[in-house]
Amino acid sequence: MSTDLPVLSPKDFASDQEIRWCPRCGDYSILAQVKKVLPTLGLPKEKFCFISGIGCSSRFPYYMDTYGFHSIHGRAPAVATAVKMANPELQTWVITGDGDALSIGGNHLMHAIRRNVDLKIILFNNQIYGLTKGQYSPTSPQGKRTKSTPVGSVDYPLNPLSVALGCEATFVARSVDVDIKHLTMVLERAAHHKGTAFVEVYQDCNVFNHKAFEFATDKKIKDDNIIYLEHGKPLTFAKGTKGIRVNEGSRPEVVDLDGSVAEDDLLFHDEKAVEPSLAFMLARMRYPQFPEPMGIFRALEKPTYDEVANQQIDDAIADKGRGDLTALFNKGDTWEVK
Amino acid sequence: MASVDVPQAEATGEGKKLETLESVVVRFCGDSGDGMQLVGTQMTNVSAAFGNDVSTLPDYPAEIRAPAGTLAGVSGYQLCFSNHDIFTPGDEVDTLVAMNPAALKTNVADLKRGGTLIVNEDAFDKSNVQKATYETNPLEDEDGLQAYRVHKVPMTRLTRDAVDGLGLSVREADRCKNFFALGLSYWLYERDATPTEDWVRAKFAKKPEIMEANLRALRAGYNYGFSTESFTVHYEVAPAKLPPGRYRKLTGNEATALGLVTGATNAGRNLFYAGYPITPASDVLHELSTMKHFGVKTFQAEDEIAAMCAAVGAAFAGELSVTASSGPGICLKGEAMGLGMITELPMIIVNVQRGGPSTGLPTKTEQADLLLSMFGRNGESPLPILAAQSPADCFALVQEAQRISVEFMVPVIFLTDGYIANGAEPWRIPEVDSLPKINVRHQTELNGDGQYLPYKRDDKLVRPWAKPGTPGLEHRVGGLEKSDPTGNVSYDPDNHEAMIRRRAQKVAGIADSIPEQEVDGAQSGDLLVVSWGGTYGAVRTACRQAAQEGKSVGHAHLRYLNPFPKNLGEILSRFDKVLVPELNMGQLRLLLRNEFLVDARGFNKIKGKPFLVSEVVDAINGMLDS
Repeated sequence: MSTDLPVLSPKDFASDQEIRWCPRCGDYSILAQVKKVLPTLGLPKEKFCFISGIGCSSRFPYYMDTYGFHSIHGRAPAVATAVKMANPELQTWVITGDGDALSIGGNHLMHAIRRNVDLKIILFNNQIYGLTKGQYSPTSPQGKRTKSTPVGSVDYPLNPLSVALGCEATFVARSVDVDIKHLTMVLERAAHHKGTAFVEVYQDCNVFNHKAFEFATDKKIKDDNIIYLEHGKPLTFAKGTKGIRVNEGSRPEVVDLDGSVAEDDLLFHDEKAVEPSLAFMLARMRYPQFPEPMGIFRALEKPTYDEVANQQIDDAIADKGRGDLTALFNKGDTWEVK
Repeated sequence: MASVDVPQAEATGEGKKLETLESVVVRFCGDSGDGMQLVGTQMTNVSAAFGNDVSTLPDYPAEIRAPAGTLAGVSGYQLCFSNHDIFTPGDEVDTLVAMNPAALKTNVADLKRGGTLIVNEDAFDKSNVQKATYETNPLEDEDGLQAYRVHKVPMTRLTRDAVDGLGLSVREADRCKNFFALGLSYWLYERDATPTEDWVRAKFAKKPEIMEANLRALRAGYNYGFSTESFTVHYEVAPAKLPPGRYRKLTGNEATALGLVTGATNAGRNLFYAGYPITPASDVLHELSTMKHFGVKTFQAEDEIAAMCAAVGAAFAGELSVTASSGPGICLKGEAMGLGMITELPMIIVNVQRGGPSTGLPTKTEQADLLLSMFGRNGESPLPILAAQSPADCFALVQEAQRISVEFMVPVIFLTDGYIANGAEPWRIPEVDSLPKINVRHQTELNGDGQYLPYKRDDKLVRPWAKPGTPGLEHRVGGLEKSDPTGNVSYDPDNHEAMIRRRAQKVAGIADSIPEQEVDGAQSGDLLVVSWGGTYGAVRTACRQAAQEGKSVGHAHLRYLNPFPKNLGEILSRFDKVLVPELNMGQLRLLLRNEFLVDARGFNKIKGKPFLVSEVVDAINGMLDS
């Protein structure tokens, strides 16, 4: 039987709804790249499901002509876990933001990741609450002055990738909204990963936190400030003039590649390392002390929650036969009244 | 294997009197580590298997093991077995088995005057007496217990003697004394120990010395009653005349789980259950997690909110979904229940009510979440509410909740309470073919002009249910107000009001699909007693007593709380007075007064305990006399 799939294009994934993000919001680019990736995956439209929480980014499902669920604040991973468990054939994406995923929804994010549910979780990190008009978020740098912190925020920020790695994520990546090629590559890799794929995207909120990631987006300076991770390759940046080496104290350090350091002495990236310590060290490298790594930090295969949970059911049916109500009713002590 | 040869045939021939009783209430009480729930359950099982009607009331502390010997650590299990139909585990205790001073202190007040008191006198040492806050040993106080027939039995010593030679430690030996107490109770009430012996053999198959020890303790207890002069009389209770059929014993939580899987299986569907452990609802999760071969998917979520969201997500994906919790958990679920409401997806929310507010009394019963169920969500968010009236009723009514949820595309709240969830009664096993079938329909075709309209309603205002994965019906739902009928986000004022009214109208319209309310006893007259939920047994018994005394009393027990049965207002108008007994401060009363402008009066008890029949009788008489 032929099961030829229609050839889909990004346009086929656009819904008829008017997009209501602010002009020049970073979300537009992420939406465009997701629409670009989906037709490459060999799945018909009805097999995609986008689930979001609350926040600017969480309007995302309305703009996709797929199945979608705009749920409640912070809870998308829980909704998505059940969708995936119920129907493992759906490729299920979670669209979330820094407040949604790491503040109100931190618990659900943590548990979806540690269960390794087969979800693609895209966290739009703009380091601010946009929808509620500009309060600091759990990823805002300390001292951030906002409407709710007029003299500067007191709390220390969370590092989304450290959180994901701490939850034993099997796939962890980072990209930037305007780095179209790189973002497409990262989203594609996430889509192909079996298990929880956690992707942090630096996203510009041009109204409430414009240029928060200028160091990583401004063409004039970004080469010095970000470092592209490639599996099996040494960590170099600034057009190959600098590299990262692990020093005697087991800490990363920036070295000049002026001939004094051999390439072999540099840190080589290994996204398949079972021990998360390398990925964790990379996640901790923050601007301006270090260039910030972009790309796939970690990509491991591990049985997924939805797969094993459904397998248990198949096994039980294979073992006991499909459940019979009469037998169930008569289980245990019964007696006859005449 | 050692055989346990209980000398039943001779039991009546040793000169001991055998009296016949209609109904008996026995309560076992001791430390929470003494195995009182176990022996209570065993005696219930053998009584049910013998053919008595049974009703039980387990009563245990929230702490798993409060310090031994203290008042806080007392655990009790009450059962009533009878030769006729009974609705409650009994007001007063005929035989109280108290394993230590703390158990005696906290329970003796419920023992009827002239009742039988069996105590483990070995446990009444100075330390235990002090822990129970007695100033002196109550067993040495002749006046204090003179109202009862007291049997001081050295259970610890006799149990140790019975298991001597099996190589058990003192601690292990002492753990068998609950079986001694059980064996003695079996002699006292002419119970056949065989089902319990079989149970012990199966349970301890891999620990032969423990098996043998428990069997010996059971036999020693039985023989103690048989041979010592302390007991001169014992009793029998004939089987009840229950409708013919095969029976088993069910607790409310078991019945809820069984009903849920039955509803799903008969609908040809898998059940999706999401829950977070909470007393007294966890057993629903435990039960369902053993039913994987029925295709039941259970998800132990990270918290109550996630469990509710998972129920919503599974429903969106096209599953028959359910979550169960108790009051504090239901509060956490509130926002996501609203999401289920506005997205108009079918699911069941089971609330096994317990004492509140906040953490309240986790292991005690109450029915104080009715108004939470009615109004506990933001915005206008009415949901259908059903409440089971007895343990076995959970089986049928939760299937009815599933039917309503699927037929009307709406989350349904199913209320039980700690009393019926943990209490047990005989359940006549139905023929599978005789059970209702839920008709689940998923939209597979476009229903608009070249498009799918997820909020296009039918004549009952019900929207279609399209499963993700269905080609061509891709659509989005969510918590923002929906545009009628596209489901797109809409801030239009008229649309909002129309959608609010339509959702409410749809729920109100469920009244057309539920049975009319029935009245037991007088169909009109002086007093109508209106009750709901787990108080059914006590209120029904009290009303029938009143009717037998010639009083003009009718009883309407509601299983449908929202919407109310269509004829309820008319019923209320046929009586001069209306009494609403509730284990809360008057929640149904408030709803009845609001809906029907009726001068309903309340009889309210908030002690974490069910009504006694006598309390309701007094309330009825008080109302009739006023």
